[in-house]
Amino acid sequence: MSAASGELYLPHEAEIVERIQESPSLITLRLRFTDPAVQARYQFEPGQFNMLYLYGVGEVAISIVSDPRDAQIVDHTIRIVGRVTQGMARLRTGDRIGLRGPYGRGWPMQAAERHDVVVVTGGLGCAPVVSVINYIAQRRERFGHLNIVQGVKHSDDFIWRERFDQWRELPDTTVLLAADQGSALWPWHIGRVTDLFDHLVFDPQQAMVMMCGPEGMMHVVIKHMQEAGIAPSHLWLSMERNMQCALGHCGHCQYGSRFVCKDGPVFCYEQVASLFDVKGF
Amino acid sequence: MNQDVGFLAHNELQSLLDVLQGAGYRCIGPMVRDGAIVFDELSSVTALPQGIRDRQRPGEYRLTETDSPRYFAWANGPQALKPLVFAPQESLWSCERDAQGTMRFTITQPDHRPTAVLGVRACDLAALYIHDQHFLQQAYPDPYYLARRQQMLLVAVNCTHPADTCFCASTGDGPQARYGYDLVLTEQDDGFVLEAHSDLGKQQMQALPLQPVTQHQLQQVEADMQQSARVQQRRLPSRNLNQALFANLHHPRWAEVAERCLSCGNCTSVCPTCFCHTSTETPAISGELSIHQREWDSCFTPGHSYIHGLTLRADTAKRYRQWLTHKLGSWHDQYGRSGCVGCGRCVTWCPVGIDITEEAAAICGQPAEQGAST
Ligand SMILES: Cc1cc2nc3c(=O)[nH]c(=O)nc-3n(C[C@H](O)[C@H](O)[C@H](O)COP(=O)(O)OP(=O)(O)OC[C@H]3O[C@@H](n4cnc5c(N)ncnc54)[C@H](O)[C@@H]3O)c2cc1C
Ligand code: SF4
Ligand code: SF4
Ligand code: FES
Repeated sequence: MSAASGELYLPHEAEIVERIQESPSLITLRLRFTDPAVQARYQFEPGQFNMLYLYGVGEVAISIVSDPRDAQIVDHTIRIVGRVTQGMARLRTGDRIGLRGPYGRGWPMQAAERHDVVVVTGGLGCAPVVSVINYIAQRRERFGHLNIVQGVKHSDDFIWRERFDQWRELPDTTVLLAADQGSALWPWHIGRVTDLFDHLVFDPQQAMVMMCGPEGMMHVVIKHMQEAGIAPSHLWLSMERNMQCALGHCGHCQYGSRFVCKDGPVFCYEQVASLFDVKGF
Repeated sequence: MNQDVGFLAHNELQSLLDVLQGAGYRCIGPMVRDGAIVFDELSSVTALPQGIRDRQRPGEYRLTETDSPRYFAWANGPQALKPLVFAPQESLWSCERDAQGTMRFTITQPDHRPTAVLGVRACDLAALYIHDQHFLQQAYPDPYYLARRQQMLLVAVNCTHPADTCFCASTGDGPQARYGYDLVLTEQDDGFVLEAHSDLGKQQMQALPLQPVTQHQLQQVEADMQQSARVQQRRLPSRNLNQALFANLHHPRWAEVAERCLSCGNCTSVCPTCFCHTSTETPAISGELSIHQREWDSCFTPGHSYIHGLTLRADTAKRYRQWLTHKLGSWHDQYGRSGCVGCGRCVTWCPVGIDITEEAAAICGQPAEQGAST
């Protein structure tokens, strides 16, 4: 046994350098390891996740949203839903939490270079693809046309308006927003995300689609994208399953023959197509 | 005399324990407790289940006393090796937090006393090999499992008395122990044919009061093994059901078995290859220490598939399907073989007697049983 393998289960202490209240139910924690040596060797790819530990309560899987080039601070945007995340919401700048990671396989960023990219998100599940958008924004010249499509149930669920506004300013970028139910303050499309697909700018021969959100929504997107001529090998998605260990041991995230924690969370649609619409897996 | 084989008379069995203990091993072996054969610390052969027979049927396990001189005239109990390497509950690490909120994480060092296990069956060795693949032979080897596994000496027993629920011959894992052990015993009425299969086993053997083994005794071992395979009634329809199961995800039988299944998870806790576990956190009253543990879990519990706001497998049909398609199906993709070693425990210990061979046959469309004479 190498010392490193024992460490895989062991969190490291990290300090909350900044806490941002994004919306009533969403916070961003910007974290830095207290041990500079740990911080120095920490590296990740867009789409990977960490296990965050709240003292005395437990661990949760949270995607990394910051850019891999910024090795100093690791950002996590967390939706407040249950036991652990409610506790995390009460933390303040300067407080400590545990962090182990990074885990999983991220987005195929290298394969996507020089390709048009379509990023589709549904509901509040946009954290795993924010890293993709940030990554492309930082290296804009390496990628083709960038499409960002976000759908929400109700316009009130929409967060990060400023971020979308900034993304809209990026060169060669299309941002499309849709809400099933709108309100007076919703200037964008009212209806389904998929209604907007006619406005996307991409070459179906080579575009890469990266999506995350509820599986039902992703299923519909996949269908549309395939109809538009995109090959299953160019469709990528991030999945969520109950996670306890993040190491491929505990069995909770099993998806057919795969473990979402180590074979995913990002999968090529080709890999998961046979089970994707079967309820119960 | 071939130094790897010898005969150990019944009245010399204690010398095996003595030798192992003398070499620094804590000995674990089978014994009767609460009406079942369990594995626990063993210092004297008098604690072994001598003369005990087991009668196993779907949903039924019963021990009877006989005047047979044999120590291993039974098939298996609810557990053997799994709890010894993959603990039912254990601490992984702890976190100390001081008044300033500073945290210090410490790995729990696993207990790894050298342990010798006496009476391990072929099915349990096969299951151990599967667990080795899962916990050790991948990107992230599990240090807690490894520490215990590395210190194990295994004394196998070739199974001469399979239960009515056993089907290891059909999965190819028994009744004869073929790999993964140090010593193996085949019991006869007056003692054991003992063979060594590792250097460690050979070393232990040198100190034992062995007699030369006769040709007749060796032939008897062969005959007993053939007989043990022959008497097994149950079988799986095929050794690789991966495609057949995934082609039948909407078979009506899933709903039928769910009518009987209680989602109690007994089958998963007695199964020697099930590895699911969950993490738990135990904060000390003082508020300065919290212990992070793991404990066995089952895909039959609602929490297993819970993601916020949604239980992916809310009903028993989906849970039973998850269990069976994994165990007999997708396990092949993960570890190159079925996750079932034919020990029959899930059949015996299911409170309503659900039989995995029968369900697999119904779903994959082939008969579960073959006549005893074939
Ligand atoms: C790969 C991955 C990336 C994720 N990234 C993010 C992110 O960037 N931001 C974010 O807000 N959330 C993310 N999640 C979801 C997040 O892990 C859950 O919302 C969180 O576990 C809920 O924990 P809780 O204790 O507050 O809630 P409870 O509902 O009390 O959860 C209890 C337990 O259930 C499990 N659980 C519950 N929901 C989920 C879930 N959706 N996924 C996995 N396990 C769950 C956990 O083991 C948790 O400890 C991600 C999940 C996965 C699998
Ligand atoms: S599935 Fe049943 S018969 Fe097969 S190894 Fe597990 S407990 Fe034994
Ligand atoms: S199959 Fe039997 S043992 Fe397994 S969960 Fe159902 S009732 Fe319990
Ligand atoms: S989270 Fe434990 S196996 Fe994936």
